[in-house]
Amino acid sequence: MPDAGARELTFAQAVREALAEEMRRDPRVCILGEDVAEAGTPFKVLSGLVEEFGTSRVIDTPISEAGFTGVAVGAAMTGLRPVVDIMFGDFITLTMDQMVNQAAKVHYMSGGTWKVPMVMRTTLGATRRSAAQHSQSLHAWFSHVPGLKIVLPSTPYDAKGLLKTAIRDENPVVFFEDKMMYRQKGPVPAEEYTIPFGVADIKRVGRDITLVGTSSMVQVALGAANLLEEAGISAEVIDPRTTWPLDEKALIESAKKTSRVIIMDEGYGRYGVAAELSAVIAEGAFYDLDAPVKRMGAMHVPIPFSPPLEDATVPTEKSVFEAARALCGKT
Amino acid sequence: MTTITVNATAGSGIKAEQWVQMYRRMVSIRLFEEQVNELYTRALMPGLAHLYVGEEAVAVGICQALRREDYITSTHRGHGHCLAKGASPDRMFAELLGKEAGYCRGKGGSMHIADPATGNLGANAIVAGSVGIATGAAFSAKHLNNGRVAVCFFGEGALGQGVLYEVMNLAQLWKLPVIYVCENNLYTEYTHFSETTAGDILARGSAFGLQTASVDGQDVRAVYETAKRLIEHSRQGGGPALLLCNTYRYTGHHVGDINREYYRSKQEEQSWKSERDPIKRLANWLIEQKLSDSNLLAAIDAEVRSEMEKAVEFAISAPYPDVKEAEENVYA
Repeated sequence: MPDAGARELTFAQAVREALAEEMRRDPRVCILGEDVAEAGTPFKVLSGLVEEFGTSRVIDTPISEAGFTGVAVGAAMTGLRPVVDIMFGDFITLTMDQMVNQAAKVHYMSGGTWKVPMVMRTTLGATRRSAAQHSQSLHAWFSHVPGLKIVLPSTPYDAKGLLKTAIRDENPVVFFEDKMMYRQKGPVPAEEYTIPFGVADIKRVGRDITLVGTSSMVQVALGAANLLEEAGISAEVIDPRTTWPLDEKALIESAKKTSRVIIMDEGYGRYGVAAELSAVIAEGAFYDLDAPVKRMGAMHVPIPFSPPLEDATVPTEKSVFEAARALCGKT
Repeated sequence: MTTITVNATAGSGIKAEQWVQMYRRMVSIRLFEEQVNELYTRALMPGLAHLYVGEEAVAVGICQALRREDYITSTHRGHGHCLAKGASPDRMFAELLGKEAGYCRGKGGSMHIADPATGNLGANAIVAGSVGIATGAAFSAKHLNNGRVAVCFFGEGALGQGVLYEVMNLAQLWKLPVIYVCENNLYTEYTHFSETTAGDILARGSAFGLQTASVDGQDVRAVYETAKRLIEHSRQGGGPALLLCNTYRYTGHHVGDINREYYRSKQEEQSWKSERDPIKRLANWLIEQKLSDSNLLAAIDAEVRSEMEKAVEFAISAPYPDVKEAEENVYA
């Protein structure tokens, strides 16, 4: 964890710094995507990289997600370490064959002879008033596929440390960034560090209930925990940070300790990440639970445009607070 | 063997032994596939396989124009590409039977043979599934400036997939050393290509500015000469190319596709076999040119047959992988 008093960076700056450091360290790292070079992406996450590394390593592509993702798979197999930028997480649907049938399976199908060390960076999260095709959180889709690793950073510190680990990994890694978090600031040390995959972060220790949050939902969980504290309920907050590999032990131990769990994830709860984490806890801590594990995710609808409708689709501090109080028998 | 340089009218100035080597490679593919069919009919092979019989001149002519370190990607009908690029029949048969000694430790099977030692990035069971990978290998070759090229084999069925045109566009924008080889064997599974393919195939490449050429895929000399020209042009920085090879699949879509008369006639099959067979054509030419004779060629046939029989025996007697293998190699 960062020291108190360390310098502060935004989430976007942390992502950019991770990329810049890895590109300086390893000439095989290159970036491919739409408007990644001079434009620095619509979110300006990559601003300044093309000036330092040039257009041979920060490469603007046509709007061809399947094509340039496929190129990255082949480039990764033959000596490069590409990082592809998929502007909105909704567009991963266009890359599905390349990621699911190619990248995820090449190492296995070849009996371990070929490797695909690539990273796909993309976004998730609603409430940006972007409607149903620019607001989804589809990380469950890739989490379902053996051969991929899935990363969901929730702070600038984690974003930098996990992205550096992703770039150094020998496997295809999908890195989901909450687009509403890009301007959020947090401490990021200037010194070199990486964060291993599969290690959950206990954000806050508590006794009465465990709030498991991913990505955008970690801040919501922490806010709800503050409200719960005022109501006399001690909440533990855990961020798994990667859905695969998954720190099952940390989730189960916390559930055993508190006996009540809410899983918050901005994807759809049905058949989603929250459903899977809930099953892991039910299997591992059933006899220590005092209440059913509760899932809180996006409402099971396409994300609507109208602001009051859109806001109603995402769990909030207040809705989590109320659900937690109910689980603790304190309505 | 004595070295004879072929005269200008014969084509390319390459040495006689290379033509004979191509003959041997084509016979190897033909006899390999005969054994595959035999393994299927004897119920010794799990699953199915898609045979390359009839198309041998395409893989052999093109791979002859490649270097060992150059890359290829292949298809569900990929045994010919793998053999032409230098894979060993024994480890291929072992893979087809799901054995530990196979190229993929038995995890890939007929449709996924991969071999880094010969630049084979893998056969792919998604139609057009490897076009991104081949283009990416060419991207690396250019980025790393290592002088390699990538050949992307696909059947005419892949012409229906949009990702092919995405990567053709990218390859031309970035002048990548990749040659897209369309093997038009006339049938997309059980449907004649004219029912699935509008317009002109080569025009799809030239629309992006690719070098394009069309060749008789039953004539290994024509395939080799044309491939050589396109590959060297691409290797020198000339950008990508599309090579259309007109060929024919002698057998069914897969080994179990026996009754084919609802989509093509026996007369059609027979005329391709008797009039345009690529192995007979090269044999006749070698004899006419006095680069070989029928006894020498018969001796090659016998050698290859014996090699294939031994390779099959090796595969049949090889052990299956330990069940624990199922969970290995998911992650590197």
